[in-house]
Amino acid sequence: MAGRVWKFGDDVNTDVLAPGIYIKLPLEDLASHCLEAVEPNFASYVQDGDIVVGGVNFGMGSSREQAAQVLKALGVAAVIAPSFGGIFYRNAFNLGLPAIVSNEIDQIAAEQELKIVLKTGVIENITTGKQLAGEAVPENLMDLVEAGGLVPYLEQKLNKKG
Amino acid sequence: MGQSIAEKIIAKAAGKKTVQTGEIVTCAVDLAMIHDSGGPRRVKPAMEKLGVGVWDPAKIVLVSDHFAPCTDAESAAILKLTREWAAEQGILNFYDQQGICHVVTPERGHLAPGMFAVGGDSHSPTGGAFGCYMFGIGATDMLGVLVTGETWIKVPETIRINWSGQLGTGLAAKDMALKMCATLGMDGGGYQAIQYAGETIRNLDMLERMTLCNMAAELGAQAGIIEPDEVTAAYVEAAGGTPGDWRDFQSDQDATYAVTHEFDATNLEPQVAAPHSPANAADVSAIEKAEIDQFYIGACTGAKLGDLKMAASILEGKKVAKGKRLTIAPASSQILTQATKQGIIEILLDAGASLLPPGCGACAGYGVGVLAEDEVCLASTARNFQGRMGASSSKVYLASPYTVAASAVTGHIVDPREVL
Repeated sequence: MAGRVWKFGDDVNTDVLAPGIYIKLPLEDLASHCLEAVEPNFASYVQDGDIVVGGVNFGMGSSREQAAQVLKALGVAAVIAPSFGGIFYRNAFNLGLPAIVSNEIDQIAAEQELKIVLKTGVIENITTGKQLAGEAVPENLMDLVEAGGLVPYLEQKLNKKG
Repeated sequence: MGQSIAEKIIAKAAGKKTVQTGEIVTCAVDLAMIHDSGGPRRVKPAMEKLGVGVWDPAKIVLVSDHFAPCTDAESAAILKLTREWAAEQGILNFYDQQGICHVVTPERGHLAPGMFAVGGDSHSPTGGAFGCYMFGIGATDMLGVLVTGETWIKVPETIRINWSGQLGTGLAAKDMALKMCATLGMDGGGYQAIQYAGETIRNLDMLERMTLCNMAAELGAQAGIIEPDEVTAAYVEAAGGTPGDWRDFQSDQDATYAVTHEFDATNLEPQVAAPHSPANAADVSAIEKAEIDQFYIGACTGAKLGDLKMAASILEGKKVAKGKRLTIAPASSQILTQATKQGIIEILLDAGASLLPPGCGACAGYGVGVLAEDEVCLASTARNFQGRMGASSSKVYLASPYTVAASAVTGHIVDPREVL
């Protein structure tokens, strides 16, 4: 997959991704408040296929799955960070949103174009022409990505049994 | 090679003799705890799509706490859906508006040493106080557990945190938790398992152990766990649970730890975390005496019976500063009953506190008691992310119930030992 970069700092937490005071609202309304506390323009200007690059511990905090779901709803294709909040990481794959661990995010700037190969974790910075290392997505999570998330994955599994 | 308590529980759940760190295993889940926010309303549509019901209604504990009691038509609809789903699925253990899941689940005897448990909430590591391997997962992950009774886990390394020395007067487990956040950072746990050990931990009662394990979440750990002992067994038994073979769930002498951190409680000062991160914690003497609008004693972290007792010990015969508000949301109905019988509630109300119904309240901004733009709060809760408790420009400081209560008397942040 390939897309344009939005870059954020360290410790982007679940409460700024999906603020609690809007959590009762329908997903698209909640999504319109995604990251507004740190980047008020994000939800209005993010486009289909864009890639979010964050610092350490991206998605830390709450178990609220909406933190990953709003990114997907806004069209974000993948998230890259040196480390993720553990629950967010699982949530992202369960919803079919790939989360890539890479320690070379200092080689990525906002607005650049990236191409990611999930199976190997290799990130190509198309704008600079540099190849960056990332961790390969584990096999059990690749299964989820290929199915489109845990629900379609379970659907396939249950149908096979049936 | 020896195994840590975390590895022993995971191995048992995976049906293996031993497990290796980093290995991905599938585990049978002994207990799944869900609440009104991440539970029925989120899993119902997918369960209907899949055409399946829950794997075992007896192994599920459902608690309405985030939107309970409801504050508007939307939250009322969420609670209605929660009740209907509980009836449809035949959930045996449904606690409706009885308090916060992390407190209600153990106090009703559902947790016991050695259990492999998941909760649909990030503060699920609280269950580690009871010698369970318990961790938080999101709604779709939970859906997978609810329909299959299983989940996957990458076997974590165990990080050992030793505490020695005795806590001083006016100090609590909350100060220990904030000290660890300041020292290790919010990713210090690296999504591994933290095992709290040492004489200070042994001397803590179950409620204080819960506070420590609860805030393993703020250290970025998957779980926080304390080896069960007589104190654990006595609590579980009194709650109507079965302590079982708790002696089997101890780390081996030769267990491997990724790292061991040492902390000393002896000279620990009360800790206060400045906005917007628990990792901003520092000695109260080093924190500016910020003016506070709302003092809040609440949440699974900071409104258990022990926490209310701490507040009452400060507030007895004193008044909340003029023009300030002290808001208290007991963590459960059982706690409210006990605190009422023991005269604690009367002391708090006489001091001028206002009482909210048991539940998550303002902590995550879902319920009653939230903050207006630019308001500042000092809270006994776990987390002070930007905008968490209400308007996005509001600010939250974190501290122990002692510090929150003492500061409510002076109107600004103060060392509780000056007020005791």
